[in-house]
Amino acid sequence: MVDNQSAFVAFERVQKSYDGEVLVVKDLNLSMPKGEFLTMLGPSGSGKTTCLMMLAGFETATHGDILLDGTSINNIPPHKRGIGMVFQNYALFPHMTVAENLAFPLEVRKIGKSEREEKVMRALGMVQMQDFAGRRPAQLSGGQQQRIALSRALVFEPELVLMDEPLGALDKQLRETLQFEITNLAHELGITTVYVTHDQTEALTMSDRVAVFDDGRIQQLAAPDELYEKPQNSFVAQFIGENNTLDGIVQEIRGDTCIVKLDSGDIIDAVPVNIQAVGERTQVSIRPERVEIDRSRLQEDAHTLKAEVLEFIYMGDIFRTRLRVAGKDDFVIKTRNAPDQRRLKPGEMIEIGWLAQDCRALDA
Amino acid sequence: MTLVLAADGRPLKTSLNRALRRQKLRALMLIAPLLIFILVSFVMPIADMLFRSVENEIVVETLPRTVATLDGWDSESGQAPDEDVFTALYFDLVLAAEYKTHTRLGSRLNYEMTGISSLFRKSGRSVDDFPTNNYTDVIQAADTSYGDPAQWAAWMADDVVRAALPMTANIYDAWAKMIVDTEEDLPIEEVPWDFVYTSLYLEVMEGADPPISLDLSTVAPVTLRDQFYDVDKDWLDPEVWKIIKIYSPEYTNGYFLNSVDRLKGPEGVEVRPDNEQIYITLFIRTMIMSGSIMGMCVLLGYPIAWLLANLPARKANMLMILVLLPFWTSLLVRTSAWKVLLQQQGVINDTLVWYHSTWLGQFLDPIFMGFLNLCYAFVNVITWVWNVLNGIWGGTDGLYMDWAVAGFERLALINNQTGTVIAMTHILLPFMILPLFSVMKTIPISYLRAAKSLGATNWTAFWRVYFPQSIPGIGAGCILVFILSIGYYITPELVGGTKGVFISNRIAYHISSSLNWGLAAALGTILLVIVMGLYWMYDKIVGIDNVKLGG
Ligand SMILES: Nc1ncnc2c1ncn2[C@@H]1O[C@H](COP(=O)(O)OP(=O)(O)OP(=O)(O)O)[C@@H](O)[C@H]1O
Ligand SMILES: [Mg+2]
Repeated sequence: MVDNQSAFVAFERVQKSYDGEVLVVKDLNLSMPKGEFLTMLGPSGSGKTTCLMMLAGFETATHGDILLDGTSINNIPPHKRGIGMVFQNYALFPHMTVAENLAFPLEVRKIGKSEREEKVMRALGMVQMQDFAGRRPAQLSGGQQQRIALSRALVFEPELVLMDEPLGALDKQLRETLQFEITNLAHELGITTVYVTHDQTEALTMSDRVAVFDDGRIQQLAAPDELYEKPQNSFVAQFIGENNTLDGIVQEIRGDTCIVKLDSGDIIDAVPVNIQAVGERTQVSIRPERVEIDRSRLQEDAHTLKAEVLEFIYMGDIFRTRLRVAGKDDFVIKTRNAPDQRRLKPGEMIEIGWLAQDCRALDA
Repeated sequence: MTLVLAADGRPLKTSLNRALRRQKLRALMLIAPLLIFILVSFVMPIADMLFRSVENEIVVETLPRTVATLDGWDSESGQAPDEDVFTALYFDLVLAAEYKTHTRLGSRLNYEMTGISSLFRKSGRSVDDFPTNNYTDVIQAADTSYGDPAQWAAWMADDVVRAALPMTANIYDAWAKMIVDTEEDLPIEEVPWDFVYTSLYLEVMEGADPPISLDLSTVAPVTLRDQFYDVDKDWLDPEVWKIIKIYSPEYTNGYFLNSVDRLKGPEGVEVRPDNEQIYITLFIRTMIMSGSIMGMCVLLGYPIAWLLANLPARKANMLMILVLLPFWTSLLVRTSAWKVLLQQQGVINDTLVWYHSTWLGQFLDPIFMGFLNLCYAFVNVITWVWNVLNGIWGGTDGLYMDWAVAGFERLALINNQTGTVIAMTHILLPFMILPLFSVMKTIPISYLRAAKSLGATNWTAFWRVYFPQSIPGIGAGCILVFILSIGYYITPELVGGTKGVFISNRIAYHISSSLNWGLAAALGTILLVIVMGLYWMYDKIVGIDNVKLGG
């Protein structure tokens, strides 16, 4: 974590309400160092756009401070904040050509004509769109428009760029290409980026850190691998990646492992994450690819569960098997398609288990 | 390309066309009632109006012989035509008086020269009393066959007689037709009237061979020219004859010339005397006032449309109801309400008078006065430039003068151009707001945000980004308001007084009071052409594709 003084962007105890009744953003604390690519990820309505709009200056925080480079920007109007922005619908001005769109931020900054043209061409070059300078936005494809929107947000060399679901309207392949281009550009230019998406793959592949939003709060702020492997609560565990959950009661805590008694009566091993005491209800979470079906690969004293194979799906690189475990029939495991891998058959009874550190006991 | 065949062996194209034709026919039947309605209630009246504005058959229909003989008269001679023309006029007028068409002709020609109407009415009454019965008596006395209707009918059916007496045959035919048409008698039972005998006399005197020879050299001739002169001296005025000659063709551009304050002289187009010039001023005034109304509507409507498009739905709906409210009350009621508000002893003036008596008014009046005079000076400069540019529109015509000159006396807000502009702006405002709103509704707020995030101030963002995108709405609203107001009639009639009326009020006058439909049609046609011209210009400048009436 970066402390707020050295942070480039910081939210300090920010709250926001539109109607005076419901808090859309509740107590937001966040700080970003310069040059970081941070993604806000969360379900619809969780307040991501609202946060971005407060940062850009289009919404005012009901409470709290937003700091940019150490100074509060609460009272600075949007056009003086010098923050580049890319909108979901691109917001390219339809009555201007691509070049005029790009020249706009330079014009309002009273930059001379020759310098303007040079900067515009350079910015278009960054996204390989020099040939389209004379076109109108309506004459461009979605991907091209997005590239233009991106270069328009960068042309006046802002230090901070905000992007609100910029790739939301594009098809998968184009999205992947652009994801790559955006991260590359951001790192090359050393700009600080706040990126909003509700696509978790996008968040994981692009970001330095991801802030998972839910219910107006940041549920977890961490690097992608940590987020995936060490979710701090059951919301994050559920939201990021595929996940199996089992409900039970904490029976015993032994240092960094604990024993959980499931509602079905079975006993399993887990790592305690946000449980405090024995007897508390918990939801344990385990990734499908961390489940072992080979008893010999587990520790001697590891607890195992009985499972019935319900469905076996061949997916090429992996096998995906649905099991009935501890009374729940949506338990999924994934196994690698290796020559010696067992192919389970529906109806088969097997025994499953896992390393204690792969199974996290979270809040119920 | 190979010809693709359908399953039954016909070319696919033919089959497809046949299949589509039925669909098209059905579609056409669905819109047929509308098409017929439009044709009957819109296209045909307009075509009729266009026709009426040039149509002028009445002269040649009523006075066919006169018009034909008048060809030989030189209108520059400064003399009235000679006896031939008056003879023709005599025949025409007797017939016209029987058909009672001479008064209509009189009114028609009266548009071109006052006095002709009464001239024709008087002459129509007296033409039967011309002493041509003298001829009749002499001819009937010479041979009793000439007094026999059946004999006349027999002669007039005989080609030899007709060839010998072409004019008499022609006059007899016209008389016979008239007898059947107006008296519902049979020519074979009626003795021809005096003018038929007149014709016979004239032809015989010129050496034609009557069926039974006649010696008429002793008869004292009746000079018809003098007869007409006795009825009214104006018949010897060459100006009257000039008018008749100028308006004798079946089609005329006279109405149009009249519409632009010109008249048709014998040497060509002439400008009317100053005191008769009204239409060009009226046209210009109509345009300028419609322009001001349009401008006011843009100024007042734009912010409201903006609010409508950007307020939360509930408030926007409420506002929309307020905008539409005027549509729910009668136009007359609204206009009358303006009368109540604006008149000399009306609400606004009473309030102003009260306000000037308070200390606030005493304090602010001098400041306000200075401001008003500034405006007045500004308007005067514009007026002056305008006058210099075309030299037609003189004076500020009260629109602004009233405000400045009246000072803090009671303002003349009604029965002048101010009244018309105020009331019409109010009435036409929704027509500006609605298209503006529908365009603004489609401009996402994110454009403004994008502009601001790029560094534009609120004003720059509005002016460079929002405003250009709302232009289609402004265009649509302006076209709508301008075209509606240019043809508006009721409101100017009620609140416009004499100075604040439009060309349409003049058209209405000609249709219902002066009954000069040709002129009304010509004025209407000019209005139509102006509107179409403006539309065309708008298309060239802004592009009609850029007009959006709905999202
Ligand atoms: N202008 C507004 N007025 C009132 N409420 C609003 C306004 N904008 C957003 N909200 C509410 O605030 C909450 C958060 O909205 P926000 O747009 O920040 O969500 P989001 O995380 O960006 O969602 P999404 O992924 O769908 O874009 C939502 O419940 C929304 O209804
Ligand atoms: Mg959003």
